[in-house]
Amino acid sequence: MVGHIVTFVQHLQAHARQLPRLGRAGSAFLLALLLVMVGTGQALAQAPEGTANANPTLTTMLGITMGVLGVGLLTAVLISFVVWATGTRNPLIPTDEEMEHSFRRYFWFSVDHKVIGIQYFWTSLFFFFIGGLMALLVRWELAQPGLTFTPDQYNQFFTMHATIMIFLFIIPMLVGAFGNYAVPLMVGTFDMAFPKLNALSYWLVPPGALIIMAGFLAESGTAKAGWTSYPPVALQGGAGQMLWLLGVFVLGWSSIVGGMNFLVTIMNMRTKGVHYFRLPLFVWAIATTAVLAVLGTPSLAAAVTLQFMNIAFGFPFFDAAKGGNPLMWQHVFWFYSHPAVYIMILPAFGIVSEIIPVFSRKPLFGYRALVYATAGIGVLSFLVWAHHMFASAMFPWLRIPFMLTTMLIAVPTGIKIFNWLGTLAFGKIRLETPMLFSLALVSMFVIGGISGVFLGSVPVDLHLHDTYFVVAHIHYVLFGGSAFAIFGGIYYWFPKMFGRMLNESLGKIHFWLSFIGFNVAFLPMHAVGALGMPRRYADYDIAFTELNLTISIGAFLLGFAQLILIYNMLRAFQVGKVAPANPWNARTLEWLTTSPPPHYNFEEPLTVDHDPYDYGRRISSPEALPVPGD
Amino acid sequence: MGGIPFFPEQASTHAGRIDLLFLFLLVLTIFFTALVAVGIVYFAVRYRRRHADEIPPQTTGNTRIEVGGMVGLLGLSMVAFFWGAWLFVDLQQPPANTLEIYVIAKKWMWKYEYADGQQSINDLYVPVGQPVKLTMTSQDVIHSYFVPAFRVKQDVLPGRYTTLWFEATETGTYHLFCAEYCGTNHSRMVGSVIVMEPAEYEQWLAGGSGASADGEELFTSLGCASCHQTSGQGPGPSLVGVFGETVTLQGGETIEADATYIRTSILDPTAHVVEGFEPIMPTYEGQVTEEQLLRLLNYIQSLEQ
Ligand code: HEM
Ligand SMILES: [Cu+2]
Ligand SMILES: [Cu+2]
Repeated sequence: MVGHIVTFVQHLQAHARQLPRLGRAGSAFLLALLLVMVGTGQALAQAPEGTANANPTLTTMLGITMGVLGVGLLTAVLISFVVWATGTRNPLIPTDEEMEHSFRRYFWFSVDHKVIGIQYFWTSLFFFFIGGLMALLVRWELAQPGLTFTPDQYNQFFTMHATIMIFLFIIPMLVGAFGNYAVPLMVGTFDMAFPKLNALSYWLVPPGALIIMAGFLAESGTAKAGWTSYPPVALQGGAGQMLWLLGVFVLGWSSIVGGMNFLVTIMNMRTKGVHYFRLPLFVWAIATTAVLAVLGTPSLAAAVTLQFMNIAFGFPFFDAAKGGNPLMWQHVFWFYSHPAVYIMILPAFGIVSEIIPVFSRKPLFGYRALVYATAGIGVLSFLVWAHHMFASAMFPWLRIPFMLTTMLIAVPTGIKIFNWLGTLAFGKIRLETPMLFSLALVSMFVIGGISGVFLGSVPVDLHLHDTYFVVAHIHYVLFGGSAFAIFGGIYYWFPKMFGRMLNESLGKIHFWLSFIGFNVAFLPMHAVGALGMPRRYADYDIAFTELNLTISIGAFLLGFAQLILIYNMLRAFQVGKVAPANPWNARTLEWLTTSPPPHYNFEEPLTVDHDPYDYGRRISSPEALPVPGD
Repeated sequence: MGGIPFFPEQASTHAGRIDLLFLFLLVLTIFFTALVAVGIVYFAVRYRRRHADEIPPQTTGNTRIEVGGMVGLLGLSMVAFFWGAWLFVDLQQPPANTLEIYVIAKKWMWKYEYADGQQSINDLYVPVGQPVKLTMTSQDVIHSYFVPAFRVKQDVLPGRYTTLWFEATETGTYHLFCAEYCGTNHSRMVGSVIVMEPAEYEQWLAGGSGASADGEELFTSLGCASCHQTSGQGPGPSLVGVFGETVTLQGGETIEADATYIRTSILDPTAHVVEGFEPIMPTYEGQVTEEQLLRLLNYIQSLEQ
């Protein structure tokens, strides 16, 4: 017996050295996760009587859900400990060998930016389909006047649709997936500046998402106050709303941590020869986005914390009945959320700025102008937030300065469109799928950008605010803009990420169905909105019937088209052509290495002596690419 | 009827002017959308790749065109700004002779209190050709008063008053929507605005129950009248003619005696103490309902010099 104990202790000592393998980041993270789970359960159990849904069954149920999740995790940690202490190999933890090569690295705390990028990629894509499902439920309800679902169900659908699309699809896909995968490669380095923080920012996403989704289990359902969560309505949302706030808080931290990491990486890790004005535009876009995330997201974190305290502990912050000020929420929320809309579009602009030169065989027209426009948009985006509040009870004359800044922000946006056209002119254009989606963004964003100017003009906005016109605007910029750029980015970088080419014909079908479905769905929304149909209506006046039916048909077509994308990807893994290192003959650095790249990206450190888009050079130094033919 | 397809009819003095600006922006949109679309299609066809080894001209930009484009865009956006600002300033201030109507929003209905004691629910009655000013508050969450045919919208908040004005130009019945998401039955929080000939309106009003008389009764029964004597001799300032005037407060600050000021003075009397008076008034917080507040307001407003 004693002998056993002695061996056990020796065992412990012998293995103590190996503790770091489990990863301090990993264990700290598990602990944090546990705390979040337990904390949620606690907070919900303690919600004071009188808040709308403080009924015992509900809080108990949620407490139990959280408890089960927490205990499950705890067990996993304990098993890991025992396994480690007894010297057997932990089946949960991949070996170093597996971390390098096997599929299992995607399910563990990898610190390789490419693995993290791919983790983000599949996670966001998964949520794109969940969010899309919610959208189709919304459009199903609105296809005809009258009610199919209950208003409360409907309200959950539109709230979860926007929440998922914004926080779990567009932001993590653009910044998390493409940013993570491409930025270190594009600046010619081997990884992000802080690989463990990088893993942390990814691993905050699943728990954040789970917490928000846990609302589906609650008796009163998920959050249903809209993605903007205006109090006092939001204060009556009960458990679903509290989960929403917690989840958004966790996701917010993911953005902040990720943003800092990108900034340091871009400032400090550029390889020799890559000075600031040799950075591809996508890197500039991610840098600007990172600044917005670092400066703006804390405001969101503060806002949701205050609202959580308001609901859970009865603080008066936004509660007019207790002397609080519901308008304050709108200011704090939009101070983050306007910059956030640029977090959602600048990387998309970045992707398009990569794709257009490659497929036109010309340098980006007005590279510096585009850099300045990106930075200018970044600065201005902090000065326009109140344009979301023109009809609120805000001090009336404040509307004029905010109208001015809003009109100004349209200028750098216009400059970008102009420069993309300039890149096309006199080029040698190939219309492959990435290019088609990019050109679609350019044309659709004109409509979305100018509809923003309608909304920025106070007298016009007082008519259009909170109608379907705003919904149309949002979708022209976020679907016609961000999502189209994401699709373009998928077709463009998929070969690099997975070593397989996507099928072009399927890509083109996907493109045309999406483009048509998109316009059938969202163009008529301008009209319904201008006619006066408010947004967030579960039912509507029969005058709006035909237009709504058209919209719903377009939406289902658009939804269907996305299945083709999935099919194309799955097919590529089976029978797709093996991708060469540089299938598009591009000049940015990610194409200098194999597809997919080796663990540390490049066989040896790079020295760069060319600009990212100089397609005209026939003779180049040995480090640069071979002849830019095609 | 409005001239723009897919636009609601124009039934207020605001409508035509806002639509003109809308139309201007619409023309800009169509112009730029067409320009970019034609540009893309033209370039895609004209400069489509022909041989593998032709090298297109490697232009990297053109500062002159760049600056020109920027100045052009800036010019256009400033036209939009000044037009919008001018129109906003012009439309923001109601004319002096407005008809005052009080609105209470609650989940999920609209209630109205008219000057002569008439009341109505969901449907607002107004005379044609006269500016109407709504003073609105909510009993619970934020709602928004939206009449598409008038091109007006204003959020309605709990705990404070917001105002909205319009002048109907056509008799008829128009949609009223709640535009700010207010929970479960948001989409059922709808009503009509019924615009009538002035004579007809007078007749409708006369059917009322005399709520400003109610206001007077409240003024006495709540004990307001004992301090705020019309003679000005009481311990509180006389309220005759105070509505809409500028009041000097202790410390020399001045404030306009609008609906919000009167509301605050009733619910939180020490917030604004009138110069020359002691802060002795008790608070009526919790003792008067939103409706009673509006009736008091109605009454105070009717106290002409
Ligand atoms: C030319 C640039 C833009 C201008 C002038 C502009 C202007 C506006 C204005 C004034 C509103 C408030 C409308 C209202 O609630 O009445 C608005 C709403 C919105 N905009 Fe933009 N916008 C622009 C670009 C963008 C971009 C690039 C995005 C995102 C990719 C975006 C996303 C949104 C969203 C999501 C909302 C709705 C927020 C809500 O749910 O209430 N906008 N925009
Ligand atoms: Cu905004
Ligand atoms: Cu409402």
